[in-house]
Amino acid sequence: MTAILEVDKLTRRFGGLVAVNNISFDVKQGEILSVIGPNGAGKSTLFKLISSFLSTSAGEVRFKGEKVSDLSPHVVARKGIVRTFQETTIFRSMTTRENIIIAHHLRSKASMAGYFWGSAQARRDEATFAKSADEIIQFLDMQGIADELASNLPQGNLRALGIAIGLATDPEILLLDEPFAGMNHDETMQMVDLVRSVQRERGVTVMLVEHDMPAVMKISDRIVVINFGEKIAEGTPAEIRSNDKVIEAYLGSEDDAIGI
Amino acid sequence: MNIKKPLLVIVLLLVVLVLVPWLIHVSGRWDFYYTLTSVALLSIASAGVWLTFYIGRINIGQGAYTLIGGYASAILVTKLGMNFWLTLPLAGLICALISIVIGLPILRLRGVYFAMVTLVLTEVARLTALALPITNGAKGIVNIPMPTELSFFGITIIPDFGTLENPKLAFYIASVIMMVLCYAALYRIVNSRLGHLCRSLQQNEELSASIGVNTAYLRVLAYSISSFMGGIAGASFVSISQSVYPSSFQVVDSVNFMLNCFLGGLGFVLGPMLGTLVLYFGWDLLFTLGKYQLLIYSSMLILLMVWLPNGLLSLKLFNRGAKKK
Ligand SMILES: Nc1ncnc2c1ncn2[C@@H]1O[C@H](COP(=O)(O)OP(=O)(O)O)[C@@H](O)[C@H]1O
Ligand SMILES: [Mg+2]
Repeated sequence: MTAILEVDKLTRRFGGLVAVNNISFDVKQGEILSVIGPNGAGKSTLFKLISSFLSTSAGEVRFKGEKVSDLSPHVVARKGIVRTFQETTIFRSMTTRENIIIAHHLRSKASMAGYFWGSAQARRDEATFAKSADEIIQFLDMQGIADELASNLPQGNLRALGIAIGLATDPEILLLDEPFAGMNHDETMQMVDLVRSVQRERGVTVMLVEHDMPAVMKISDRIVVINFGEKIAEGTPAEIRSNDKVIEAYLGSEDDAIGI
Repeated sequence: MNIKKPLLVIVLLLVVLVLVPWLIHVSGRWDFYYTLTSVALLSIASAGVWLTFYIGRINIGQGAYTLIGGYASAILVTKLGMNFWLTLPLAGLICALISIVIGLPILRLRGVYFAMVTLVLTEVARLTALALPITNGAKGIVNIPMPTELSFFGITIIPDFGTLENPKLAFYIASVIMMVLCYAALYRIVNSRLGHLCRSLQQNEELSASIGVNTAYLRVLAYSISSFMGGIAGASFVSISQSVYPSSFQVVDSVNFMLNCFLGGLGFVLGPMLGTLVLYFGWDLLFTLGKYQLLIYSSMLILLMVWLPNGLLSLKLFNRGAKKK
């Protein structure tokens, strides 16, 4: 498998704090790669750098060999790297279906003026988006909540909707920041299956940040561990589980248990 | 989509172009033309403000663009002898261009920060008008000629207002037509994908960017359309009053444009129009109260906004399937 994304000596400082410190690793085409580490380790910052929501202090990110760091978020999204956030990741005053339809923006071909006048291309776009949204709703089994306002949805559905929005952009790499946060065991396992099927059936490469260790161990092909902004380990779940540095990092922090 | 909407527009046009002039005619209240013309023009400027609200920005600076539009048209008419009807879209375009330059940096700001900067804009525009030679300082530009004839290939499209026996009626008709066009455009924006994109900005700008929306571009686009509307409203006002001064549009006007939107309802395209109507007449009706006018007016506004945070149009009375897509 070839590297679709190369993170190369990536560094980001906030004043005196080095949130991401000289981190390098590759993401292989079609894999699920998890980034774990204690709170404040720099995981979200890393994802923001990859999606150009933050500019780098040093180093770069390459997507298929082409530099994608330090661009605009929408430009990076257009190239196929889409991030969902740790925070709310939906449009609250839209229905589930509207959320998914609007997220098709990357695929739109008509111009703004075309949308205003209702050009033929604009109408074709709308039809395509509506159809694709229905497919995503089917795929994620969301028929029951398709016309519900997002602000009325329970937490579990919101996370699924976040993934649906990500899927609608037809990404090559989906960055999920804590997709299982606030979920109980059953919901988490459902989401794990969901993310797996996104990867298998849609061929999407997935990177995710997560605290739920059993879920991470179950879902990941490979894991990158960071602590205080530095990469301390990289490998398969089995390798990570038995890595001394990782165990030490997790035992040293109070708020996280690696769950092994 | 359905036949109701065109029918509604036709009824509206019949009311404003036939019924209202007839009522004014039989009642002899000719001053009402000026009042209604003002409402129409103010609601155009408010429509612009409403559009910036729609992308999630509180715009208290529309007065700057009405002033710029007014001066632009006045200068083009008096200095270059241009036809007013040509200067009208030009005034809008000039405002749009200026708003792009101003908007690029300030539209990155959000919430109260953006609001504060726009609040200052009107004052900056006024001071600029005072200082520049071309705007003639505090003396302003006066004796601006009435709109002259607009014709294409010898066919008169719009007659010379100066020769009309009732230019007030002509201004009224022109303003109302402009208002209908602006609100039709606004309706179209809101109900097309463009509007959905604007709403996505309003609700979650980060997410909007991460699904590939060029948020900076969209913000500037909405803001420039907004300023265009401010510009043509200002140009029309100046043409009616045949004069423009640095104080023609002030901070209080900017605040009123914003209040019109709040009062009418931020979720409804017709909100700013209704808000303008109610506020304009509300202010006039309270005139008899003398020095208590402002006090009572402000208190009523506050109460209204507390009771109806989503504006007048959110009342059940208006709300039979109004905002149901
Ligand atoms: N915008 C910012 N400004 C200043 N410091 C920040 C900013 N974002 C993150 N940080 C700091 O960078 C470190 C890493 O944060 P983050 O990437 O959110 O950690 P994680 O997601 O691993 O919990 C933290 O110490 C955090 O306080
Ligand atoms: Mg985080």
